[in-house]
Amino acid sequence: MRLKLVPTVTNIDFFKNAKLTIGFSAVLAVLSLVAFFAMGLNYGIDFRGGSVIRTSTPAPVTVSQYRDVLGGLGIGDFSVTAVVDPGADLTSTNRHAVMIRVEQESDDPETQNDLIADIKSALDSEISDITYLQTDSVGAKVSGELVQAGVIAVVLAVFAVLFYIWLRFEWQFSLGAVIALVHDVTLTIGVFSLMQIEFNLSIIAAILTIVGYSLNDTVVVFDRVRENLRRFKVKPLGEILNQSINETLSRTMMTSVTTLLALIALYVLGGDVIRGFTFAMIWGVIVGTYSSVFIASPVLLRLGVKRDWDKDDGAAGTQYANIDA
Amino acid sequence: MLHFPLWKKTLIWLICLAGLVFAMPNAFYTTVERHNDALAELEKGTLETAEMAADRAAWPDYLPAGLVNLGLDLRGGAHVLVEVNVADVYQDRLDAMWPAVRDILREQKDTVGTVRQNAEAAEGELRVRIGNEAAMDAAIAAVNTLTRPVVSLTGAGARDFDVAADGDEIVVTLSDAEKIATDDRTMLQSLEIIRRRVDEAGTREPTIQRQGADRILVQVPGIGSAEELLTLIGRTAKLTFNEVVRQVASPDEAPGLGNEIIPSVDEGEGYYIIKRAPVVGGDQLTDAQTDFDQNGNPAVSFRFNPTGARLFGAHTSTNVGELFAIVLDNEVISAPRIQTAILGGSGIITGRFTIEESTQLAILLRAGALPAEITVLERRTVGPELGADSIAAGKIAAVVAFVGVLVFMVLSYGLFGVFANVALMFNIVLLFALLSIIGATLTLPGIAGIVLTLGMAVDANVLIFERIREELRRGKGPARAIEIGYEKATSAIVDANVTTLIAASILFAMGSGPVRGFAVTLGLGIVTSVFTAIWVTRLLVVIWLRARKPKTIEV
Repeated sequence: MRLKLVPTVTNIDFFKNAKLTIGFSAVLAVLSLVAFFAMGLNYGIDFRGGSVIRTSTPAPVTVSQYRDVLGGLGIGDFSVTAVVDPGADLTSTNRHAVMIRVEQESDDPETQNDLIADIKSALDSEISDITYLQTDSVGAKVSGELVQAGVIAVVLAVFAVLFYIWLRFEWQFSLGAVIALVHDVTLTIGVFSLMQIEFNLSIIAAILTIVGYSLNDTVVVFDRVRENLRRFKVKPLGEILNQSINETLSRTMMTSVTTLLALIALYVLGGDVIRGFTFAMIWGVIVGTYSSVFIASPVLLRLGVKRDWDKDDGAAGTQYANIDA
Repeated sequence: MLHFPLWKKTLIWLICLAGLVFAMPNAFYTTVERHNDALAELEKGTLETAEMAADRAAWPDYLPAGLVNLGLDLRGGAHVLVEVNVADVYQDRLDAMWPAVRDILREQKDTVGTVRQNAEAAEGELRVRIGNEAAMDAAIAAVNTLTRPVVSLTGAGARDFDVAADGDEIVVTLSDAEKIATDDRTMLQSLEIIRRRVDEAGTREPTIQRQGADRILVQVPGIGSAEELLTLIGRTAKLTFNEVVRQVASPDEAPGLGNEIIPSVDEGEGYYIIKRAPVVGGDQLTDAQTDFDQNGNPAVSFRFNPTGARLFGAHTSTNVGELFAIVLDNEVISAPRIQTAILGGSGIITGRFTIEESTQLAILLRAGALPAEITVLERRTVGPELGADSIAAGKIAAVVAFVGVLVFMVLSYGLFGVFANVALMFNIVLLFALLSIIGATLTLPGIAGIVLTLGMAVDANVLIFERIREELRRGKGPARAIEIGYEKATSAIVDANVTTLIAASILFAMGSGPVRGFAVTLGLGIVTSVFTAIWVTRLLVVIWLRARKPKTIEV
């Protein structure tokens, strides 16, 4: 008996509630934008400059104890958060870690250096057996450039993909895929601003991977659409899209589930350092899978497809249908 | 499609075997690492100790010994990004130009008249006032003979200095072509000096890279903190021996032309007015060692090269009884009185050093001064505990993810799932082999990339298996269904993976540090997963099909 995530043959009408699903996505996208503009992103020091110190103690030390020690130093704005890592007990790496974030006081590297030295010596004398797991400082100059590089990377990736799909399919496919992509990226940024999860360099990496993954899904569906368009020359586009999604549904679910399986393992057990990253990936896989079915295909349906591109292709619908330029 | 020629079969197995061989050293990480370290020591010419011989013998020489490097976030260490203030050097170049300009104009004193440097010239230009404005053209022509052509790709015919007239003043500036050339030299020199300093401190496997036009990235595994690294590389360590004009109490005194006023390290001593042109510079040193003065306080002894020794000897023999200043990075560290002429070319620097400070100063002097000041842009320290935790957590997560995917595939596709799993294992092996061969650095996001590859690697097989199922449902026989399944899934697999590869390459090009590590594992993972999913599983399926010749199959 095989494990089956979806029945062997499905015949779901994915466009029956197209207005509902597109409306739902549109509302989510608007909410994401509102969250982004109203609350902003909780930028990490990569993008904002400043310092982060991650400490560890053999016994738990409360956040307020840290605040008391640091409050007397006159170091400007700082925040202290305990690192909550339920997975750490499973992998026996619990170190009662605490993250201290200090705002960028001045652009002068010497001052920043002294600041960290002051904090460390104060903590050393007040909290016994404290060790420093990580100390990062990023200057304002670099952080500005990192933001720029990150945005350029995402935009470049989207355009590169637009181009590739246009090359392999038709421009309508390309537009459908990219709208789905923009949807995924918007929703990811939305969830990060809504939940105020730290947004750092690795999240940009996660977003780019989501771009790749979401496309992966969309392309598989589109590939089938292309094939079916050749096989059933007169079937309405809506039916062909539906049929293609149904035919690839089992694969879509299988791949999403195996990827999610791996990601969830990483999220729970992989440690606090990459939790934000894996969270973005998990969210992206879910949203990406959803969007390739409920966004990319409806857009394609709305745009329509030129049906007679392979008039002279006598072999259409045969085993060689997939071999084209 | 189901027929595999012998050469193709052999090739697939050979690639898998090579993968196993090249990935193997990573399974014995510490042993191989020690073996490599011992070899590296031998290469440097160190005499082999018994311990080193044992380390070397622990891993056979005929086996590959390439390892996946662990990134700073996994091993612990310090990462510092600095900017070299390349413009610092421009002024030095102009200052050095002045004596030559003066001499050449004085030769034509009759036509040019008096020659004077304008001390109020703006930063980046040398202004020389001449007595006879009418002779300006001749003066400029004379100064122009001092300039040299710059060899550059862009500015053909460019010279290193631009000479122009402004009223009765000659304005000398560095040309743009020369600025570019100077910047490049400054960067190369800075890289070299930083490399020497880090090497002198004896840390292992540092990474010292130029980034962009004027930045240097320094990564040193195993060092305690970025601050520690900065004390080593952050200082210019420009040492000069200057003539003292007089000692003053306030920094506001007028130093006079050609002199400058600088503070003493020892605050009680106030300030010194010194001659700006040094008697001897630190670049004339051949050696510097930690030492002790006659009172047993830490000091640094040094030795000059012959030129330095001659200059120093000449100065000290004519200035007995005078003060002279030992200046380090624009601070007087000590200003002893010259007791007798020092002709031997060696001496000792005393100051109020601790032993650490004198050791460090000796290292800095031996390695040489940075040509320009540096500014720290970014510093990161990862403690070894955090790195170890990340490895431990990453390993457990990877194993759980791997087992989860294996079980899931067998449950979903039975025997075909097993084939896919064998391919998946080879996928991981090949990925590690490739990473070891290119000497890539594995970072924490890199581990995430591998785990993600695990999840996505089965995608190609899922595509194929689902397709085979479909064909079976349409009533095709096993062999035919499998053949069509592989054929038809290929275009989807290629398109899907190329898009991810595009994202990975953009990540690689745009990203830095750990993000790059992620892009490398993701990109290589895509390549290996397509290979194993398409070729390895197909080969396994074909072998099984030939051996069993099943009438019906269930995928």
